[in-house]
Amino acid sequence: MLASILLTLPELILSTAALLLMLVVAWFEDGSARVVTWLAILSLAAAAAFVPGYDGSSRLGFGGLVVADGFAAFSKAVIYAGAAAALVAASGWFGRDGDYRAEYPLLILLSSVGMGMMVSASDLLTLYVGLELQSLAAYVLASFQRSDTRSAEAGLKYFVLGALASGILLYGISLLYGFTGTTSFHDIATAIQTQKHGADGLSHGILFGLVFVLAGIAFKVSAVPFHMWTPDVYEGAPSPVTAFFASAPKVAAMALLTRLAVQGLGGATFEWRQIVIFMALASTILGGVAAIGQPNVKRLLAYSSINNVGFALIGLAAAGEAGVASVLFYMAVYMVMTLGSFFIVLRMRDGEGRPVESIASLSGLSKTRPWLALAMAMFMFSLAGVPPLMGFWPKFFVFQAAVDAKLTWLAAIGIATSVISAFYYLKIVKTMYFDEAAPAYAGTRDLAQTVLLIAASLFVSPLGYLLVGPLAQASRNAASALF
Amino acid sequence: MTGFPILSILLAVPVIGAIACLFASANGARWIALAATLLDLALGILLWSQYQVGGPQWQFQELWRPDYAPFAWALGIDGIALMLTMLSLFLMPICILASWTAIEKRVPEYMAAFLAMETMMIGVFMAQDLFLFYIFFEAGLIPMFLIIGIWGGAERIYASYKFFLYTLLGSVLMLVAMLWMTGFTHGDTYIPKLLATDFPKQAQTWLWLAFFASFAVKMPMWPVHTWLPDAHVQAPTAGSVILAGVLLKLGGYGFVRFSLPMFPDASAQLAWLIYGLSLVAIVYTSLVALVQRDMKKLIAYSSVAHMAFVTIGIFAFNRQGLDGALIVMLSHGLVSGALFLCVGVIYDRLHTREIDRYGGLSNNMPAYALLFMLFTMASVGLPGTAGFVGEFLSLTGAYRASTWLAFGATTGIILGAAYMLWLYWRVAFGTSRNADAAAMPDLNGRELVSLGAIAAAVLWMGIYPESFLAPMRKDVGALLARVTPSAPPSDSRPTPGHAPAPHAAAEGAH
Repeated sequence: MLASILLTLPELILSTAALLLMLVVAWFEDGSARVVTWLAILSLAAAAAFVPGYDGSSRLGFGGLVVADGFAAFSKAVIYAGAAAALVAASGWFGRDGDYRAEYPLLILLSSVGMGMMVSASDLLTLYVGLELQSLAAYVLASFQRSDTRSAEAGLKYFVLGALASGILLYGISLLYGFTGTTSFHDIATAIQTQKHGADGLSHGILFGLVFVLAGIAFKVSAVPFHMWTPDVYEGAPSPVTAFFASAPKVAAMALLTRLAVQGLGGATFEWRQIVIFMALASTILGGVAAIGQPNVKRLLAYSSINNVGFALIGLAAAGEAGVASVLFYMAVYMVMTLGSFFIVLRMRDGEGRPVESIASLSGLSKTRPWLALAMAMFMFSLAGVPPLMGFWPKFFVFQAAVDAKLTWLAAIGIATSVISAFYYLKIVKTMYFDEAAPAYAGTRDLAQTVLLIAASLFVSPLGYLLVGPLAQASRNAASALF
Repeated sequence: MTGFPILSILLAVPVIGAIACLFASANGARWIALAATLLDLALGILLWSQYQVGGPQWQFQELWRPDYAPFAWALGIDGIALMLTMLSLFLMPICILASWTAIEKRVPEYMAAFLAMETMMIGVFMAQDLFLFYIFFEAGLIPMFLIIGIWGGAERIYASYKFFLYTLLGSVLMLVAMLWMTGFTHGDTYIPKLLATDFPKQAQTWLWLAFFASFAVKMPMWPVHTWLPDAHVQAPTAGSVILAGVLLKLGGYGFVRFSLPMFPDASAQLAWLIYGLSLVAIVYTSLVALVQRDMKKLIAYSSVAHMAFVTIGIFAFNRQGLDGALIVMLSHGLVSGALFLCVGVIYDRLHTREIDRYGGLSNNMPAYALLFMLFTMASVGLPGTAGFVGEFLSLTGAYRASTWLAFGATTGIILGAAYMLWLYWRVAFGTSRNADAAAMPDLNGRELVSLGAIAAAVLWMGIYPESFLAPMRKDVGALLARVTPSAPPSDSRPTPGHAPAPHAAAEGAH
């Protein structure tokens, strides 16, 4: 029992911190918001420090309900970093309007507990509980600005559609349970192998279960055709919340999907690969085409995240160790690029300090704020995957995995669609560099956020190449835990 | 020179200059950029003087492989890369001088973009790692996109998008092919090793086509050349010089370095495609050039036609053709760069590129008219200029590959003479049609230095091409040894003439 508790130490740290901080908030009310935020960041750091499995060991806990391995460790480190960055972003952004409430860091902490459970789930029920815990916190976060109708609408939309997706997922889980007699990933894998080599082949029940489970999770990673909520929620939710949605939860959901597909449903790779390939190509194409006409930068980044998930799914379609490693690498770099872009969106405020979201307001940013424009241009070129920026490498690894898995045609089509998405990233660069200057943005004096923005910029710059080797090695070690 | 990382330093100097430019004032940035490019040129001259002609195939090699990284910092040059690197290093200070007063807004960013571009271009020629090559090859897109888009003419945004997306689409397919190749070699990305790898014939065709997609766009070959006139017309003068002078050479270099030696069977099998597209390009773009009213567009179309001589020469599968193609690349880099500078000179004075607005410039700008004539003649291929050597060798090679090919290609020379001479006649001779054109002052010192330097190089290459052929001879030989076994059959029956004198035979075929 003690061993199991030690395996879930990060989740326990975060849960305890959330409960204690809640008491602090109850006593000192919203005045403590800033302190609570930094304490939450501290507890995320502590949780990251105590994640078991950095050494590559793999242990099951609570009778096989959770697993602590290299894969979970890598994902958790990325997720906690993303959550902490989202917290830093929020405290500066809300603070100016005086509507920053101390519940915000608590919700992020609880969501992080859920995300941690998602990536170390080795049982369908743990998976479901983790997913719900993450989602419930996220629904509240989406409607955090209660007085703003757009925010409330986003929260409601997210909740209704999210509940529907959870229902679909649960239905799929029940089918899998019904036709394999178990909810543990390991036993499901054994059952599928037995059925496959049996006389009747894979039963239709398992196939249906697989489809429903994939559909439910596809909603969480916002892969086409389950992406409809994404642009609306991203646009309506307060900007720091959008930054959070686009970063850590995406990584968690993608890691969860990868573990389930490879570990639990590995025997049925041929079956799920078709679905994943379809979702991948649909996401890269639709995420590219639909973004072109968007006038709102948050909506554009929403489509960009759909697009990027499509590329990561190409890595998943490759399956195998290289494929899984490429997914992890992709999501880690994607998270930095997308957080960096959102840090800049958070700085978009007109002369009176009101947030603006239109792409047109970026016009001529290179004249009014040259360094900010340079950073944004780097993030855009990086998201487009143009070398010498860091964003080239995730695409590189994903396509390499696809080519090595004899899916050269998929790599060729996928990489051709990346040209479509390059178009709208270029549009932002064009707006900032080629167009006449719009009124300048108001200045910011948030030191922590500026430091993070500089760090993210350096990461995507060619200097980040120094990290390609270590990061690739770490993701490969993490991926080996699943095989 | 062992142990002295001269290639890395050549790459680093412009980058450091670019960063310094970002922090400098407009005038400071100009001087920093000029100093950085001149320093790089000086280092380049040192490089050439230390290069051992006939020595090892790869010289000045550097290798640093970071742990677990998918690519290595592997640099090294052979004679072909040396010549093209020198071309880039030579043109860069001239570009900076050409932008000295023509660029008025956001000078520091402009100079930084140019210096960044220089690193990317020479990096392409130096890279010995497949993916390092790709990074340099692609990264040049970003500064060029900004140069066209920020400092270009009226249609600059359309042109910059077209340039970026066209070339990106071509390149990404090449990346997939590269990934396949490293999969085949179990992760070996070292170019000299890949050059000796025999890829399966079936796969060669696909790989060749993927590389072709990239290089044909960069080259540019008909029918994917349409980005070039737009990009040229909208780019500032120096941008056009670099575009025509060096960026277009990346495609030709790619064919020589990758397509031909790595996929010899596919090259032979698909040579007809190259021949066909090149012939269409020569005739069609020459005719299009004939009817242009915009000087820059005319020269841009003539570039497409000249590049077709390069592709024909490369895929002629013989020494004359390859030598010719390489010399055309060098001479076209100098000549078209100089022609764009000539356009820039009068554009700076009158702010129009309409041919009809000028006339009789030989009266009030005699020095300009003289230099312009030299470059016109070089473009036409007059003996004694660089253009002749390249085109003659290339056509000789073409004749040995296919007589009909040579027949078609030669029409291009005639058409080329037609549009270039007509252009020169309308601009420089006759009576001036406009008072403002007649009042333009002659070249100033800065312009004279730039054009004079190129003129000297053009004459040098035309009168004593051996200086440029000698460093490349052994590499062309190695290339031929690799591709001759799969050369396609030819219909030409060259009869041996009188036996050459013994010492002339040793000199080779020029």
